[in-house]
Amino acid sequence: MTSLDSPAIKKNMSVSVIMFTVVFALIPALIAQIGFFGLQILGNLIIGISFALILEAVCLKLRHYPIKPFLKDGSAFLTAWLLIISIPSSTPIWVMLVGLFFSIVISKHAYGGIGSNPFNPAMIGYAVLLISFPKIMTNWPSAEYFDFNNFLNFSQLFSMFTSLDVVDGIVSATPLDEIKTALFLGEPIKNSFSFFDQFNAYQIMSIFYLIGGLYLMIKKIITWHLPVSLILSIFLFSFILHQINPDVFMPSLFHLMNGATFLAAFFIITDPVSSPTTLNGKIIFGVMVGLITVIIRNFGGYPDGIAFAVIFMNIFVPLIEKFTQPKVFGYE
Amino acid sequence: MNITDKIFKFFGGIKPEGHKQISTRNPIKRLPLPKELIIPIRQHVGKMPNIIVKIGDRVLKGQILAEPVANLSAATHASTSGYVKEIKPMNIPHPSGLPDQCVVLETDGKDEWISLEKIDIENISVSNLLEKLKHSGVVGLGGATFPSHIKLNTNRIETLIVNAAECEPYITCDDMAMQEMTQDFVDGINLIMHILNIPKTIIGIEDNKPQAISKLNSVLSGSKNIQLKIIPTVYPSGDEKRLIYLMLGVKIPKEKRPTEFGIQVFNVATLISIARFINYGEPVISRVVTVTGALSQPNNYLALIGTPIQQLIKDAGGDPSQEVIMGGPMMGFKLPHTDVGVTKAMNCLLAVTDEMKSKASTEMPCIRCTKCVEVCPAQLQPQELYWHAKSKQFEKLTDDYKLFDCIECGCCSYVCPSNIPLVQYYRYAKSEIREQSKSSEIADIARDRNEFRLFRLEREKKERAERNAQRRAQVSDEDKKKLIDEKKAAIEAAMKRVAENEE
Repeated sequence: MTSLDSPAIKKNMSVSVIMFTVVFALIPALIAQIGFFGLQILGNLIIGISFALILEAVCLKLRHYPIKPFLKDGSAFLTAWLLIISIPSSTPIWVMLVGLFFSIVISKHAYGGIGSNPFNPAMIGYAVLLISFPKIMTNWPSAEYFDFNNFLNFSQLFSMFTSLDVVDGIVSATPLDEIKTALFLGEPIKNSFSFFDQFNAYQIMSIFYLIGGLYLMIKKIITWHLPVSLILSIFLFSFILHQINPDVFMPSLFHLMNGATFLAAFFIITDPVSSPTTLNGKIIFGVMVGLITVIIRNFGGYPDGIAFAVIFMNIFVPLIEKFTQPKVFGYE
Repeated sequence: MNITDKIFKFFGGIKPEGHKQISTRNPIKRLPLPKELIIPIRQHVGKMPNIIVKIGDRVLKGQILAEPVANLSAATHASTSGYVKEIKPMNIPHPSGLPDQCVVLETDGKDEWISLEKIDIENISVSNLLEKLKHSGVVGLGGATFPSHIKLNTNRIETLIVNAAECEPYITCDDMAMQEMTQDFVDGINLIMHILNIPKTIIGIEDNKPQAISKLNSVLSGSKNIQLKIIPTVYPSGDEKRLIYLMLGVKIPKEKRPTEFGIQVFNVATLISIARFINYGEPVISRVVTVTGALSQPNNYLALIGTPIQQLIKDAGGDPSQEVIMGGPMMGFKLPHTDVGVTKAMNCLLAVTDEMKSKASTEMPCIRCTKCVEVCPAQLQPQELYWHAKSKQFEKLTDDYKLFDCIECGCCSYVCPSNIPLVQYYRYAKSEIREQSKSSEIADIARDRNEFRLFRLEREKKERAERNAQRRAQVSDEDKKKLIDEKKAAIEAAMKRVAENEE
């Protein structure tokens, strides 16, 4: 087919532009993350993304695909970024690389490469790590306050090579994790600690994910359907639980502002390949991911359940699409 | 006149750069008479008309070169006076690139008309008028070239919709025609309303044609039954069914025709040619063509049918080596040959621009981003159509995803970030499906024939048996006895002979 087949004109838009616009929208939250947790996350990104691109190139070579255009599409770059910012920056480097291997090689290329993966690649990598290394994955460095000195502390940049194990004492559990522990021990949550005295790192980052997400909506990279339905779903279902028993179940705002709610709403479930294509399907998908997340957070074995909820709902995407096909013009 | 009436915005569509100003700076231009005209005989949808001239004949301007042979057919006329130089298959402006029968007319420079007869619209029966129109060469000049007399053969029309949207980028021929041939245009509308007894007309025009709009506003002021609706510039608002929805809020599915809803749609240029024919007796021998794109002086031309397009391109500041698209950049096709004449379907000649040549073409996998869904005016799922066309799941394409409702407008391809030539996939799937249903039709006929043969053999056998039985039944008892006696006698005689022989 020649390039002059109709239409002869084309909008200036490519997969690369989409992927790197998403990366761009993630930068504010990254800055917040560095401010709270240190420059190590940036080192992780440099090492991890390089490794992911090498994996991508090797897979493309083995599958006889042209390397340059596919490497340029930015999908491996974005997948690696999403996985790396989702795991604690103190994660040993080899653990991170294992996760990237599962994201790029197993969940994407083994299923046919970009466009053919039924599961969200970043979430597969994350789930593998969470199941295999639960202790490492739930120990985030403590982040008391936003520290501008973090940006200049270059020694942190590649500290993953020096600290191959998590040192006790500099880590702390996430708020969701503490709640899980408190629930497990049967302690009434209100007595354990107070959450809204000041914004913690996770809440600040949530706000930045929200800002980045709104930017993507304005740029028309994503539509409102997935994020809004997920956020409203988590809000609604945690609200119901909190109304039933406020001593055991945290309020809605807590669930929205902690954990990966906003990251998932705007950057994870909006992965077009593994989420439904129909508008009603997107709403169903978002609501169900939210419901399952609330169930896992409050009744399951993991502090945050979004990764599992996303993967679980990925299975249903073909079915959701089948039952939400919109009417064609003139057949309404 | 009421222009504030509701516009029913359709789903999807795109807003590409219009590039319309470049060809509307100057009035419609006329070329000096070309030395030779290449007039394709079939310039319409339907049967090939019958050529009634021979090589060497002198013909006059407006004389019929080929007569319609069936109802779905139209006449072709000589665009000026001159001599028939050749009649042979030649290159025509068609995407297939296949040659078709053409008349080469050597012009004599006199531009001498046949005697023209205007039609007395008050004192002519509709059937007579339609028969005359069939010989007028009037076909849909928007590009579809469907013979107009067939579209007028109906009497249940409540609303005439005039397609003045001209939604494709670059094309401005209708815009300019409305500005310069305003009276013919309005006459055309009034004539159609009169012929079909239509109470109401709505002109749908995109808001990127302010001059044409103000011209029409001044001409139509006071006209109660012709309404001008100004619609936002969104491609493809000029698609017939999208335009009907914009005007009336009626959604017409693929298998239904507008006439079933009391609606008929005519294009601007077609209405002008109807007015020229009825009011002056002029058949279709010319049309307005936009010659634009990568040219130094883009312009609109009133070109005789058969004018070699190279002369137009040269006049507009182009050179013969340029690649040319016939039609707009969205649905037009690259001309396989540029040694062809202007036809009734040719609304635009678009010299390919550098931007079009450098169009990204590395096809990447579909990432299901559904940008295509957001723009599809037929509300289809282009990414599913693509997926199933690629995997040749034709039944799903037709039954579940309504492939044949695709109007091939190209919006999906226009926005696709993976550069997938989606329209080409759909065309391929459509032709495969048509081919399949044709061959399965042939197989059905063969099966029917074989089944009938078996049935016939069975029936003949039965009939034969019945005949025999009947014959047997008809023989009377006496005859039977006689027959038996005769046989017995014969046997006895034979036995006797045998006995004698043995002795």
